[in-house]
Amino acid sequence: MEIEEKQPRSIAEIISIVEALVFVADEPITVKTLSDVLEEDRETIEAAVEELKQEYEDRTGGLQLREIAGGWQISTRTEYHEEVRKYLKTRPNAKLSLAALETLAVIAYKQPVTVPEILEIRGVQSASAIKTLLDKKLITAKGRKETVGRPMMYGTSKDFLLQFGLKDLSELPSIEDFEDLVQ
Amino acid sequence: MEQQPEQLSFDFYKEKPHIARQSRDELRLTLGKFAGPLDLLLYLIKQEQANIFDIPIARITDEYLKYIRLMKSFDITLAADFLVMAATLIEIKSKMLLPKEITEETEEEMEDPREALVRQLLEHQKFKNASQMLYERSTVEQAVFGRGKIESDENNAETNASVFDLLTVFQKILSRHKEEVQMEIEREEVSLADMIKSLKKQIFEKKELSLLAFFEEMHTRRELVTAFIAVLEIVRTEGVKLMQTATFGDIILKKI
Repeated sequence: MEIEEKQPRSIAEIISIVEALVFVADEPITVKTLSDVLEEDRETIEAAVEELKQEYEDRTGGLQLREIAGGWQISTRTEYHEEVRKYLKTRPNAKLSLAALETLAVIAYKQPVTVPEILEIRGVQSASAIKTLLDKKLITAKGRKETVGRPMMYGTSKDFLLQFGLKDLSELPSIEDFEDLVQ
Repeated sequence: MEQQPEQLSFDFYKEKPHIARQSRDELRLTLGKFAGPLDLLLYLIKQEQANIFDIPIARITDEYLKYIRLMKSFDITLAADFLVMAATLIEIKSKMLLPKEITEETEEEMEDPREALVRQLLEHQKFKNASQMLYERSTVEQAVFGRGKIESDENNAETNASVFDLLTVFQKILSRHKEEVQMEIEREEVSLADMIKSLKKQIFEKKELSLLAFFEEMHTRRELVTAFIAVLEIVRTEGVKLMQTATFGDIILKKI
């Protein structure tokens, strides 16, 4: 009995296909998507991605392969930002105000979190900071808390991960680590 | 907006609090550009080189109130948050002044009145440090660029247009169309004399003529202007009266 068997791909071939897919993907591409397209199992893909990442690092070229917002992305290296910016004719985005950053920090660590809870930690009303963060799509509403007044709860968005170069929320250093920094 | 120089780190604690007048009735006390009573308190504690776990509450309260008074001297409506903190500080201070009744029950349970505040300060400080980390991350991230978008059906501007985009385009086409029409068809120019003649004829035939109806027959701005002058002229020279029955209502041309 003959079983029709696909010619197994070599590791090198898998790595090449992964590279091609990461290159064309507009957004960070997940291991799951890669594994669906290639019809290879997760472990194989993960190994291939890691291998590819290593290749990029060894080459020390202008590009890097990195994990961000739950997927993989090819991007430029920070060292060349000036030239890239000159070509793209872009300037760095307007920085968030420190009040907005502080509010974002509270939301990132305490999510889902309500406005009164943010006030408790910051000691100031944060309405305008929250509006800024919503406008910049760094945070999103995450439903209402079942408590008096049913206040809106907020959490961080995928854009937050992208803009702060995070794989996922677990990559944030533990909030307790910040305890001893300043005394 | 001020252009901030690119810096990877930012020492929030180095900044001195200062009072910045925002508008006539809003004053913002900023500490390292963070606004708020907890920031002011943290700053004062640092300034006094006090231990955060053993805040010399009387001294700090005095300092804090000094800032509040300074703000008030600017005749500024103080943010309520600052006043709440002032009240809290005074409450703690007075509690600490009270002689402690040492009974067997309270001896163990006696909570330091500062404890809640210290907890809040420490919590606040953690998030202040965390926001510094976020600041650094975003600065680094801004130096990283992904690939530009590849044109596909999905992100192609042509197919990705919203209704409003369509409307805008449609309006452009319409306005272009109008211009074309105006170029192609040359209207017969109506002279003032002709206009007066036609107006007179209409009035004499109908005895009454609605000014609105008369103007509505005009096709171009030029005709409208001519018609308007014709009306003025006919009122001046012929026995014609202008009548209006309601404010902003239609005006009737009537033969006397």
